[in-house]
Amino acid sequence: MSLAQKYSQEIQAIFAKYPPEQKRSAIMSLLYLAQREEGYISQEAMKEIADMLEISVTEVAGVAGFYTLFHRQKEGKYRIQVCTDLPCALRGADSFLQELAQALGVRPGETTPDGRFTLEEVMCVGACHRAPVFQVQHGDTITFHENMSLEEALAVLKKLE
Amino acid sequence: MSQYLLLRHREIPEISRLEVYRQHGGFEAFQKAVTTMTPEQVTEVVKASGLRGRGGAGFPTGLKWSFMDRKSWPHYVVANADESEPGTFKDREIMEGNPFQFLEGVAIASYAVGAQRAYIYIRGEYQHIARWLDEKIAEMEAAGLLGEKLFGTDYSLRIYTHLGAGAYICGEETALLESLEGKRGQPRVRPPFPPTFGLYGKPTVVNNVETLTNVPLIVQNGAEWYRSMGTPDAPGVKIFSLSGRVKRPGSYELPFGVTFRQLIYEYGGGILDDRPIKAIMPAGASSSLLRVDDRVLDTPLDYAALRQFGSDLGSASVIVIDDTVSIDWVIQKTIRFFKHESCGKCTPCREGTYWMKHLIDRIRKNGKEEKQVKLLLDVARQIQGKCLCALGEFSTMAVVSGIERFPEDFRETVLEGVPG
Repeated sequence: MSLAQKYSQEIQAIFAKYPPEQKRSAIMSLLYLAQREEGYISQEAMKEIADMLEISVTEVAGVAGFYTLFHRQKEGKYRIQVCTDLPCALRGADSFLQELAQALGVRPGETTPDGRFTLEEVMCVGACHRAPVFQVQHGDTITFHENMSLEEALAVLKKLE
Repeated sequence: MSQYLLLRHREIPEISRLEVYRQHGGFEAFQKAVTTMTPEQVTEVVKASGLRGRGGAGFPTGLKWSFMDRKSWPHYVVANADESEPGTFKDREIMEGNPFQFLEGVAIASYAVGAQRAYIYIRGEYQHIARWLDEKIAEMEAAGLLGEKLFGTDYSLRIYTHLGAGAYICGEETALLESLEGKRGQPRVRPPFPPTFGLYGKPTVVNNVETLTNVPLIVQNGAEWYRSMGTPDAPGVKIFSLSGRVKRPGSYELPFGVTFRQLIYEYGGGILDDRPIKAIMPAGASSSLLRVDDRVLDTPLDYAALRQFGSDLGSASVIVIDDTVSIDWVIQKTIRFFKHESCGKCTPCREGTYWMKHLIDRIRKNGKEEKQVKLLLDVARQIQGKCLCALGEFSTMAVVSGIERFPEDFRETVLEGVPG
Protein backbone atom coordinates (compact mmCIF):
# COMPACT_ATOMS: atom_id res chain seq x y z
CA MET A 1 0.00 0.00 0.00
CA SER A 2 1.30 3.45 -0.79
CA LEU A 3 2.14 6.04 1.86
CA ALA A 4 -0.67 8.26 0.60
CA GLN A 5 -3.19 5.49 1.20
CA LYS A 6 -1.83 4.43 4.55
CA TYR A 7 -1.22 7.82 6.11
CA SER A 8 -3.46 10.23 4.23
CA GLN A 9 -4.50 12.24 7.29
CA GLU A 10 -1.00 12.53 8.68
CA ILE A 11 0.33 13.58 5.29
CA GLN A 12 -2.31 16.27 5.06
CA ALA A 13 -1.32 17.57 8.51
CA ILE A 14 2.34 17.61 7.48
CA PHE A 15 1.70 19.66 4.35
CA ALA A 16 -0.50 22.08 6.33
CA LYS A 17 2.58 23.22 8.26
CA TYR A 18 4.19 24.88 5.25
CA PRO A 19 3.13 27.48 2.69
CA PRO A 20 1.34 25.68 -0.20
CA GLU A 21 4.07 26.64 -2.67
CA GLN A 22 6.80 25.27 -0.36
CA LYS A 23 5.73 21.68 -0.04
CA ARG A 24 9.29 20.41 -0.36
CA SER A 25 9.68 21.40 3.30
CA ALA A 26 7.59 18.32 4.13
CA ILE A 27 10.30 15.95 2.91
CA MET A 28 11.84 15.07 6.28
CA SER A 29 8.48 14.33 7.89
CA LEU A 30 7.54 12.18 4.90
CA LEU A 31 10.82 10.27 5.12
CA TYR A 32 10.11 9.55 8.80
CA LEU A 33 6.69 8.21 7.79
CA ALA A 34 8.28 6.04 5.13
CA GLN A 35 10.56 4.61 7.80
CA ARG A 36 7.78 3.85 10.28
CA GLU A 37 7.05 0.24 9.43
CA GLU A 38 10.30 -1.29 8.27
CA GLY A 39 12.85 1.01 9.87
CA TYR A 40 14.28 1.99 6.52
CA ILE A 41 13.23 3.92 3.43
CA SER A 42 12.50 1.77 0.40
CA GLN A 43 13.09 2.76 -3.19
CA GLU A 44 9.31 2.74 -3.82
CA ALA A 45 8.71 5.11 -0.90
CA MET A 46 11.31 7.52 -2.24
CA LYS A 47 9.67 7.44 -5.64
CA GLU A 48 6.31 8.19 -4.09
CA ILE A 49 7.70 11.07 -2.01
CA ALA A 50 9.42 12.46 -5.11
CA ASP A 51 6.07 12.43 -6.96
CA MET A 52 4.26 14.08 -4.05
CA LEU A 53 6.83 16.88 -3.89
CA GLU A 54 7.33 17.10 -7.66
CA ILE A 55 11.09 16.64 -7.39
CA SER A 56 13.36 13.90 -8.69
CA VAL A 57 14.05 10.65 -6.85
CA THR A 58 17.72 11.63 -6.85
CA GLU A 59 16.90 14.74 -4.85
CA VAL A 60 14.93 12.69 -2.33
CA ALA A 61 17.79 10.20 -2.08
CA GLY A 62 20.20 13.11 -1.58
CA VAL A 63 18.22 14.28 1.43
CA ALA A 64 17.66 10.78 2.82
CA GLY A 65 21.37 10.04 2.58
CA PHE A 66 22.46 13.27 4.23
CA TYR A 67 20.83 12.78 7.63
CA THR A 68 22.01 10.06 9.98
CA LEU A 69 18.57 9.17 11.35
CA PHE A 70 17.33 8.11 7.91
CA HIS A 71 18.28 4.62 6.78
CA ARG A 72 18.35 3.07 3.36
CA GLN A 73 19.03 -0.50 4.49
CA LYS A 74 17.00 -2.89 6.52
CA GLU A 75 18.80 -3.63 9.79
CA GLY A 76 17.74 -4.93 13.19
CA LYS A 77 14.25 -4.20 14.45
CA TYR A 78 15.72 -1.89 17.07
CA ARG A 79 18.76 0.28 16.53
CA ILE A 80 20.64 0.64 19.80
CA GLN A 81 22.56 3.88 19.42
CA VAL A 82 25.23 4.52 22.02
CA CYS A 83 26.81 7.96 22.21
CA THR A 84 30.59 7.80 22.59
CA ASP A 85 31.40 11.44 22.02
CA LEU A 86 33.85 13.27 24.24
CA PRO A 87 31.59 14.22 27.21
CA CYS A 88 30.04 10.74 27.33
CA ALA A 89 33.42 9.07 26.86
CA LEU A 90 34.77 11.04 29.83
CA ARG A 91 32.10 9.24 31.84
CA GLY A 92 32.75 5.72 30.66
CA ALA A 93 30.76 5.49 27.42
CA ASP A 94 33.51 3.67 25.53
CA SER A 95 33.66 0.81 27.98
CA PHE A 96 29.86 0.80 28.25
CA LEU A 97 29.67 0.27 24.48
CA GLN A 98 32.24 -2.52 24.64
CA GLU A 99 30.40 -4.28 27.45
CA LEU A 100 27.08 -3.97 25.68
CA ALA A 101 28.63 -5.29 22.47
CA GLN A 102 30.01 -8.26 24.33
CA ALA A 103 26.70 -8.96 26.04
CA LEU A 104 24.88 -8.86 22.70
CA GLY A 105 27.59 -10.86 20.98
CA VAL A 106 28.07 -8.36 18.18
CA ARG A 107 30.48 -5.60 17.29
CA PRO A 108 29.28 -1.99 16.85
CA GLY A 109 27.65 -1.76 13.44
CA GLU A 110 26.45 -5.35 13.51
CA THR A 111 23.03 -6.91 14.01
CA THR A 112 22.22 -9.75 16.39
CA PRO A 113 21.57 -13.07 14.59
CA ASP A 114 17.87 -12.98 15.59
CA GLY A 115 17.55 -9.66 13.75
CA ARG A 116 16.31 -7.76 16.80
CA PHE A 117 19.13 -5.38 17.61
CA THR A 118 21.62 -3.40 15.58
CA LEU A 119 24.28 -1.88 17.81
CA GLU A 120 25.49 1.51 16.63
CA GLU A 121 28.01 4.05 17.84
CA VAL A 122 26.56 7.52 17.29
CA MET A 123 27.53 11.16 17.69
CA CYS A 124 26.28 13.41 20.50
CA VAL A 125 22.59 12.96 21.36
CA GLY A 126 22.36 15.85 23.83
CA ALA A 127 22.46 13.94 27.10
CA CYS A 128 26.10 14.48 28.13
CA HIS A 129 25.25 14.92 31.82
CA ARG A 130 23.52 11.55 31.97
CA ALA A 131 26.13 9.31 30.38
CA PRO A 132 26.34 6.47 29.62
CA VAL A 133 23.35 7.00 27.36
CA PHE A 134 21.80 5.30 24.37
CA GLN A 135 18.76 5.89 22.26
CA VAL A 136 16.61 3.23 20.67
CA GLN A 137 15.51 4.03 17.15
CA HIS A 138 12.59 1.90 16.08
CA GLY A 139 10.48 2.70 13.03
CA ASP A 140 9.91 6.44 13.26
CA THR A 141 10.36 6.66 17.03
CA ILE A 142 13.36 7.46 19.22
CA THR A 143 13.56 6.76 22.94
CA PHE A 144 16.31 7.95 25.29
CA HIS A 145 17.79 5.79 28.03
CA GLU A 146 20.09 7.72 30.34
CA ASN A 147 22.43 7.04 33.27
CA MET A 148 22.70 3.45 32.15
CA SER A 149 24.63 0.58 33.65
CA LEU A 150 25.09 -2.58 31.60
CA GLU A 151 22.47 -4.38 33.72
CA GLU A 152 19.94 -1.57 33.27
CA ALA A 153 20.61 -1.46 29.56
CA LEU A 154 20.06 -5.18 29.18
CA ALA A 155 16.83 -4.89 31.18
CA VAL A 156 15.65 -2.16 28.80
CA LEU A 157 16.45 -4.32 25.77
CA LYS A 158 14.72 -7.31 27.32
CA LYS A 159 11.49 -5.34 27.60
CA LEU A 160 11.48 -4.48 23.90
CA GLU A 161 9.32 -7.05 22.18
CA MET B 1 13.63 36.90 44.47
CA SER B 2 13.42 33.59 42.74
CA GLN B 3 16.58 31.79 41.81
CA TYR B 4 15.64 31.04 38.23
CA LEU B 5 14.62 33.13 35.25
CA LEU B 6 14.76 30.35 32.67
CA LEU B 7 14.75 26.99 34.44
CA ARG B 8 11.71 28.07 36.45
CA HIS B 9 10.25 24.56 36.48
CA ARG B 10 12.83 23.74 39.14
CA GLU B 11 10.93 26.07 41.47
CA ILE B 12 7.44 25.80 39.96
CA PRO B 13 7.14 22.14 39.00
CA GLU B 14 3.83 22.49 37.13
CA ILE B 15 4.86 25.49 35.05
CA SER B 16 4.62 23.37 31.90
CA ARG B 17 0.84 23.50 32.37
CA LEU B 18 -0.74 26.50 30.70
CA GLU B 19 -2.88 27.58 33.65
CA VAL B 20 0.08 27.42 36.03
CA TYR B 21 2.30 29.34 33.64
CA ARG B 22 -0.40 32.00 33.38
CA GLN B 23 -0.82 32.14 37.17
CA HIS B 24 2.84 33.09 37.27
CA GLY B 25 2.50 35.93 34.82
CA GLY B 26 2.75 33.85 31.67
CA PHE B 27 1.75 35.52 28.39
CA GLU B 28 1.34 38.91 30.05
CA ALA B 29 4.44 40.09 28.22
CA PHE B 30 3.14 38.84 24.87
CA GLN B 31 -0.21 40.54 25.43
CA LYS B 32 1.52 43.71 26.61
CA ALA B 33 3.70 43.74 23.49
CA VAL B 34 0.88 43.12 21.02
CA THR B 35 -1.66 45.45 22.62
CA THR B 36 0.45 48.33 23.96
CA MET B 37 3.75 48.40 22.06
CA THR B 38 4.82 48.79 18.45
CA PRO B 39 7.13 46.12 17.02
CA GLU B 40 9.91 48.71 17.01
CA GLN B 41 9.42 49.42 20.71
CA VAL B 42 9.71 45.71 21.51
CA THR B 43 12.91 45.50 19.49
CA GLU B 44 14.25 48.59 21.27
CA VAL B 45 13.68 47.06 24.73
CA VAL B 46 15.48 43.88 23.75
CA LYS B 47 18.30 45.92 22.23
CA ALA B 48 18.59 48.04 25.38
CA SER B 49 18.66 44.94 27.58
CA GLY B 50 21.96 43.88 26.03
CA LEU B 51 20.66 40.36 25.44
CA ARG B 52 23.12 38.41 23.28
CA GLY B 53 22.52 35.22 21.34
CA ARG B 54 22.92 32.16 23.54
CA GLY B 55 23.57 29.69 20.73
CA GLY B 56 27.28 30.41 20.74
CA ALA B 57 28.00 33.50 18.65
CA GLY B 58 26.81 36.01 21.26
CA PHE B 59 25.40 38.39 18.66
CA PRO B 60 23.16 41.15 20.11
CA THR B 61 19.59 39.89 19.72
CA GLY B 62 17.75 43.19 19.34
CA LEU B 63 20.26 44.34 16.76
CA LYS B 64 19.66 41.18 14.74
CA TRP B 65 15.90 41.83 14.81
CA SER B 66 16.43 45.40 13.61
CA PHE B 67 18.26 44.14 10.50
CA MET B 68 15.08 42.63 9.04
CA ASP B 69 14.50 43.91 5.52
CA ARG B 70 11.22 45.82 5.68
CA LYS B 71 10.84 45.97 1.90
CA SER B 72 10.51 42.22 1.53
CA TRP B 73 7.63 40.15 2.99
CA PRO B 74 6.55 37.86 4.56
CA HIS B 75 8.95 37.69 7.49
CA TYR B 76 9.75 34.53 9.43
CA VAL B 77 11.07 33.66 12.86
CA VAL B 78 12.92 30.39 13.26
CA ALA B 79 13.85 29.06 16.68
CA ASN B 80 17.07 27.09 16.57
CA ALA B 81 16.46 24.03 18.75
CA ASP B 82 19.02 21.92 16.95
CA GLU B 83 21.32 21.79 19.99
CA SER B 84 23.94 19.29 18.80
CA GLU B 85 27.29 20.46 20.13
CA PRO B 86 28.89 17.74 22.26
CA GLY B 87 28.57 19.09 25.78
CA THR B 88 25.36 21.09 25.21
CA PHE B 89 22.04 20.03 26.72
CA LYS B 90 20.48 23.22 28.03
CA ASP B 91 17.78 23.99 25.44
CA ARG B 92 16.42 20.55 25.96
CA GLU B 93 15.72 21.21 29.64
CA ILE B 94 14.08 24.56 28.86
CA MET B 95 11.73 23.00 26.33
CA GLU B 96 10.96 20.00 28.52
CA GLY B 97 10.47 21.94 31.73
CA ASN B 98 9.38 25.48 30.88
CA PRO B 99 7.97 25.18 27.34
CA PHE B 100 5.53 28.08 27.46
CA GLN B 101 8.13 30.67 28.35
CA PHE B 102 10.13 29.60 25.31
CA LEU B 103 7.01 29.65 23.10
CA GLU B 104 6.08 33.07 24.47
CA GLY B 105 9.57 34.23 23.48
CA VAL B 106 8.99 32.91 19.96
CA ALA B 107 5.67 34.75 19.85
CA ILE B 108 7.13 38.06 21.03
CA ALA B 109 10.04 37.82 18.61
CA SER B 110 7.57 37.14 15.82
CA TYR B 111 5.54 40.21 16.72
CA ALA B 112 8.69 42.33 16.94
CA VAL B 113 9.79 41.45 13.40
CA GLY B 114 6.32 41.26 11.88
CA ALA B 115 6.31 37.51 11.30
CA GLN B 116 3.00 35.69 11.17
CA ARG B 117 4.57 32.28 10.91
CA ALA B 118 7.34 30.86 13.09
CA TYR B 119 9.12 27.51 12.95
CA ILE B 120 10.94 25.65 15.66
CA TYR B 121 13.69 23.49 14.15
CA ILE B 122 14.32 20.64 16.60
CA ARG B 123 17.04 18.04 16.28
CA GLY B 124 15.69 14.60 15.35
CA GLU B 125 16.92 13.00 18.56
CA TYR B 126 14.59 15.31 20.51
CA GLN B 127 11.50 13.83 18.88
CA HIS B 128 9.72 13.57 22.22
CA ILE B 129 10.21 17.30 22.72
CA ALA B 130 8.74 18.12 19.32
CA ARG B 131 5.61 16.13 20.17
CA TRP B 132 5.46 17.83 23.56
CA LEU B 133 5.74 21.30 22.01
CA ASP B 134 3.04 20.38 19.47
CA GLU B 135 0.70 19.74 22.41
CA LYS B 136 1.65 23.03 24.04
CA ILE B 137 1.13 24.93 20.79
CA ALA B 138 -2.33 23.36 20.44
CA GLU B 139 -3.16 24.49 23.98
CA MET B 140 -2.09 28.03 23.10
CA GLU B 141 -4.28 27.98 20.01
CA ALA B 142 -7.25 26.75 22.04
CA ALA B 143 -6.67 29.54 24.57
CA GLY B 144 -6.54 32.22 21.88
CA LEU B 145 -2.82 32.89 22.37
CA LEU B 146 -2.01 31.83 18.80
CA GLY B 147 -4.13 32.17 15.69
CA GLU B 148 -6.01 34.98 14.00
CA LYS B 149 -6.41 38.51 15.34
CA LEU B 150 -4.77 38.04 18.70
CA PHE B 151 -6.02 40.02 21.71
CA GLY B 152 -8.47 41.85 19.48
CA THR B 153 -5.74 43.32 17.27
CA ASP B 154 -4.94 42.64 13.61
CA TYR B 155 -1.91 40.56 14.53
CA SER B 156 -2.04 36.85 13.67
CA LEU B 157 0.55 34.18 14.39
CA ARG B 158 1.07 30.45 13.93
CA ILE B 159 3.97 28.42 15.33
CA TYR B 160 5.05 25.06 13.89
CA THR B 161 7.66 22.50 14.88
CA HIS B 162 9.98 20.95 12.31
CA LEU B 163 11.95 17.84 13.18
CA GLY B 164 15.52 17.43 11.96
CA ALA B 165 17.10 14.02 11.41
CA GLY B 166 20.59 13.95 12.86
CA ALA B 167 22.99 16.54 11.46
CA TYR B 168 25.15 18.80 13.64
CA ILE B 169 25.58 21.20 10.73
CA CYS B 170 21.89 22.15 10.88
CA GLY B 171 22.66 24.19 14.00
CA GLU B 172 24.40 26.60 11.63
CA GLU B 173 21.64 29.02 10.73
CA THR B 174 21.84 28.94 6.94
CA ALA B 175 22.21 25.14 6.88
CA LEU B 176 19.20 25.00 9.16
CA LEU B 177 17.20 27.10 6.71
CA GLU B 178 18.23 24.86 3.81
CA SER B 179 17.11 21.84 5.82
CA LEU B 180 13.81 23.51 6.68
CA GLU B 181 13.30 24.10 2.98
CA GLY B 182 13.60 20.36 2.42
CA LYS B 183 17.17 20.22 1.16
CA ARG B 184 20.41 18.79 2.45
CA GLY B 185 21.54 20.88 5.39
CA GLN B 186 24.49 22.64 3.83
CA PRO B 187 25.47 26.23 4.68
CA ARG B 188 24.82 29.07 2.27
CA VAL B 189 27.32 31.66 1.16
CA ARG B 190 26.89 34.76 3.30
CA PRO B 191 26.11 37.58 2.72
CA PRO B 192 23.19 37.84 2.22
CA PHE B 193 22.36 37.06 5.83
CA PRO B 194 19.01 35.62 6.93
CA PRO B 195 17.45 38.98 7.94
CA THR B 196 17.71 39.84 4.22
CA PHE B 197 17.51 36.42 2.58
CA GLY B 198 16.37 33.66 4.92
CA LEU B 199 13.67 31.02 4.82
CA TYR B 200 12.22 30.71 1.30
CA GLY B 201 14.39 33.68 0.40
CA LYS B 202 12.48 35.96 2.79
CA PRO B 203 13.76 37.99 5.76
CA THR B 204 14.19 35.64 8.70
CA VAL B 205 15.39 35.89 12.26
CA VAL B 206 17.03 32.75 13.61
CA ASN B 207 17.38 32.73 17.40
CA ASN B 208 18.48 30.07 19.86
CA VAL B 209 15.95 28.59 22.32
CA GLU B 210 17.64 30.02 25.42
CA THR B 211 17.86 33.46 23.84
CA LEU B 212 14.13 33.50 23.12
CA THR B 213 13.26 32.24 26.59
CA ASN B 214 14.82 35.41 28.07
CA VAL B 215 12.61 37.67 25.99
CA PRO B 216 9.26 37.54 27.88
CA LEU B 217 10.97 38.59 31.11
CA ILE B 218 12.79 41.45 29.42
CA VAL B 219 9.58 42.78 27.88
CA GLN B 220 7.76 42.40 31.19
CA ASN B 221 10.41 43.83 33.52
CA GLY B 222 12.37 46.17 31.27
CA ALA B 223 15.92 46.52 30.04
CA GLU B 224 17.27 48.12 33.23
CA TRP B 225 16.13 45.17 35.30
CA TYR B 226 17.85 42.77 32.93
CA ARG B 227 21.05 44.76 32.92
CA SER B 228 21.17 44.62 36.73
CA MET B 229 22.35 41.01 36.33
CA GLY B 230 25.51 39.68 34.71
CA THR B 231 28.34 41.85 33.40
CA PRO B 232 28.36 44.95 31.14
CA ASP B 233 29.71 42.77 28.31
CA ALA B 234 27.02 40.14 28.85
CA PRO B 235 23.99 41.20 30.87
CA GLY B 236 21.63 38.62 32.34
CA VAL B 237 21.87 34.95 33.09
CA LYS B 238 23.29 32.00 31.23
CA ILE B 239 22.68 28.30 31.44
CA PHE B 240 26.00 26.50 31.75
CA SER B 241 25.95 22.88 30.61
CA LEU B 242 28.51 21.21 32.82
CA SER B 243 29.84 17.80 31.77
CA GLY B 244 32.90 15.60 31.83
CA ARG B 245 34.93 14.66 34.90
CA VAL B 246 32.84 16.48 37.53
CA LYS B 247 30.83 15.04 40.39
CA ARG B 248 27.56 16.73 39.55
CA PRO B 249 27.21 17.30 35.80
CA GLY B 250 24.11 19.16 34.68
CA SER B 251 22.63 22.52 33.70
CA TYR B 252 23.35 25.48 35.94
CA GLU B 253 21.60 28.79 35.40
CA LEU B 254 23.88 31.51 36.72
CA PRO B 255 24.52 35.18 36.07
CA PHE B 256 27.37 36.02 33.74
CA GLY B 257 30.40 36.89 35.83
CA VAL B 258 30.42 33.59 37.69
CA THR B 259 33.83 31.90 37.67
CA PHE B 260 34.88 28.43 36.55
CA ARG B 261 35.92 27.76 40.14
CA GLN B 262 32.40 28.43 41.38
CA LEU B 263 30.80 26.51 38.54
CA ILE B 264 33.01 23.44 38.77
CA TYR B 265 33.74 23.20 42.50
CA GLU B 266 30.75 24.87 44.16
CA TYR B 267 27.92 23.87 41.82
CA GLY B 268 29.49 20.89 40.12
CA GLY B 269 30.82 19.42 43.37
CA GLY B 270 34.44 19.27 42.15
CA ILE B 271 36.36 16.75 40.11
CA LEU B 272 35.58 13.03 40.16
CA ASP B 273 37.73 11.20 42.72
CA ASP B 274 39.05 14.65 43.71
CA ARG B 275 41.68 14.50 40.97
CA PRO B 276 43.46 17.67 39.83
CA ILE B 277 41.73 19.51 36.98
CA LYS B 278 43.77 19.68 33.79
CA ALA B 279 41.81 21.36 31.02
CA ILE B 280 38.49 23.04 30.30
CA MET B 281 36.59 23.19 27.04
CA PRO B 282 34.25 26.13 27.66
CA ALA B 283 32.19 25.84 24.48
CA GLY B 284 31.80 22.13 23.84
CA ALA B 285 33.80 20.09 21.37
CA SER B 286 34.46 23.15 19.21
CA SER B 287 36.38 24.94 21.99
CA SER B 288 39.97 25.82 22.19
CA LEU B 289 41.32 23.86 25.14
CA LEU B 290 42.16 25.97 28.16
CA ARG B 291 45.08 24.92 30.28
CA VAL B 292 43.81 25.46 33.80
CA ASP B 293 45.53 27.68 36.34
CA ASP B 294 44.21 29.97 39.08
CA ARG B 295 43.84 32.87 36.70
CA VAL B 296 41.55 30.84 34.43
CA LEU B 297 39.60 29.46 37.37
CA ASP B 298 38.95 32.86 38.95
CA THR B 299 38.11 34.98 35.93
CA PRO B 300 34.50 36.23 35.87
CA LEU B 301 33.00 34.63 32.80
CA ASP B 302 31.51 36.48 29.88
CA TYR B 303 32.18 36.54 26.14
CA ALA B 304 35.07 39.02 26.37
CA ALA B 305 36.76 37.37 29.35
CA LEU B 306 37.64 34.10 27.68
CA ARG B 307 39.10 35.70 24.56
CA GLN B 308 42.08 36.91 26.63
CA PHE B 309 42.95 33.24 27.16
CA GLY B 310 42.50 32.39 23.50
CA SER B 311 39.20 30.63 23.88
CA ASP B 312 35.51 31.41 23.66
CA LEU B 313 32.47 31.05 25.90
CA GLY B 314 30.26 29.97 22.99
CA SER B 315 27.14 28.29 24.29
CA ALA B 316 28.81 27.77 27.71
CA SER B 317 29.03 24.02 27.33
CA VAL B 318 31.77 23.40 29.83
CA ILE B 319 33.55 20.06 29.43
CA VAL B 320 35.90 19.35 32.32
CA ILE B 321 39.01 17.24 31.83
CA ASP B 322 41.13 15.92 34.69
CA ASP B 323 44.71 14.69 34.91
CA THR B 324 43.79 11.09 34.09
CA VAL B 325 43.01 12.14 30.53
CA SER B 326 45.55 12.62 27.77
CA ILE B 327 44.87 15.43 25.31
CA ASP B 328 45.76 13.33 22.26
CA TRP B 329 42.78 11.14 23.18
CA VAL B 330 40.60 14.25 23.55
CA ILE B 331 41.39 15.51 20.08
CA GLN B 332 40.91 12.06 18.60
CA LYS B 333 37.34 12.29 19.91
CA THR B 334 36.70 15.82 18.63
CA ILE B 335 38.24 15.09 15.22
CA ARG B 336 36.11 11.98 14.84
CA PHE B 337 33.01 14.05 15.60
CA PHE B 338 33.75 16.81 13.11
CA LYS B 339 34.79 14.40 10.39
CA HIS B 340 31.45 12.64 10.80
CA GLU B 341 29.50 15.92 10.84
CA SER B 342 31.29 17.74 8.01
CA CYS B 343 28.58 18.37 5.43
CA GLY B 344 31.01 17.93 2.55
CA LYS B 345 30.40 21.26 0.88
CA CYS B 346 33.81 22.90 1.41
CA THR B 347 36.88 20.93 0.39
CA PRO B 348 39.19 22.10 3.23
CA CYS B 349 36.72 20.85 5.85
CA ARG B 350 35.65 17.68 4.05
CA GLU B 351 39.18 16.55 3.17
CA GLY B 352 40.90 18.20 6.12
CA THR B 353 38.82 16.42 8.74
CA TYR B 354 39.46 13.15 6.89
CA TRP B 355 43.23 13.69 7.03
CA MET B 356 43.17 14.88 10.63
CA LYS B 357 41.35 11.69 11.61
CA HIS B 358 43.80 9.59 9.64
CA LEU B 359 46.75 11.29 11.34
CA ILE B 360 45.46 11.24 14.91
CA ASP B 361 44.51 7.57 14.57
CA ARG B 362 48.01 6.84 13.32
CA ILE B 363 49.61 8.87 16.11
CA ARG B 364 47.52 7.15 18.77
CA LYS B 365 48.27 3.74 17.32
CA ASN B 366 51.90 3.96 16.32
CA GLY B 367 53.29 6.48 18.77
CA LYS B 368 53.76 10.21 18.84
CA GLU B 369 56.30 10.82 16.15
CA GLU B 370 57.17 14.50 16.00
CA LYS B 371 56.82 14.51 12.23
CA GLN B 372 53.26 13.20 12.35
CA VAL B 373 52.20 15.65 15.08
CA LYS B 374 53.62 18.53 13.05
CA LEU B 375 51.76 17.31 9.99
CA LEU B 376 48.51 17.14 11.96
CA LEU B 377 49.00 20.69 13.19
CA ASP B 378 49.76 21.77 9.65
CA VAL B 379 46.60 20.19 8.23
CA ALA B 380 44.51 21.84 10.97
CA ARG B 381 45.98 25.26 10.20
CA GLN B 382 45.31 24.81 6.49
CA ILE B 383 41.60 24.33 7.18
CA GLN B 384 41.35 27.55 9.16
CA GLY B 385 39.81 30.55 7.43
CA LYS B 386 38.93 28.63 4.29
CA CYS B 387 35.40 27.33 4.91
CA LEU B 388 31.95 28.80 4.38
CA CYS B 389 30.75 28.13 7.90
CA ALA B 390 32.26 27.80 11.34
CA LEU B 391 32.28 24.00 11.39
CA GLY B 392 35.54 23.86 9.46
CA GLU B 393 37.12 26.21 11.97
CA PHE B 394 35.57 24.34 14.89
CA SER B 395 37.17 21.08 13.80
CA THR B 396 40.61 22.59 14.30
CA MET B 397 40.19 24.43 17.60
CA ALA B 398 40.93 21.57 19.99
CA VAL B 399 43.62 20.21 17.67
CA VAL B 400 45.68 23.38 17.46
CA SER B 401 45.17 24.48 21.08
CA GLY B 402 45.71 20.93 22.33
CA ILE B 403 49.05 20.46 20.59
CA GLU B 404 50.26 23.97 21.42
CA ARG B 405 49.12 24.16 25.02
CA PHE B 406 49.70 20.54 26.05
CA PRO B 407 52.92 19.67 24.18
CA GLU B 408 53.85 17.09 26.82
CA ASP B 409 50.90 14.95 25.68
CA PHE B 410 52.23 14.87 22.12
CA ARG B 411 55.86 14.14 22.84
CA GLU B 412 57.39 11.01 21.47
CA THR B 413 56.96 8.14 23.90
CA VAL B 414 58.15 4.58 23.88
CA LEU B 415 55.03 2.52 23.47
CA GLU B 416 54.27 0.39 26.49
CA GLY B 417 54.55 -3.29 25.86
CA VAL B 418 56.47 -2.84 22.65
CA PRO B 419 59.92 -4.36 22.98
CA GLY B 420 62.94 -2.25 22.15
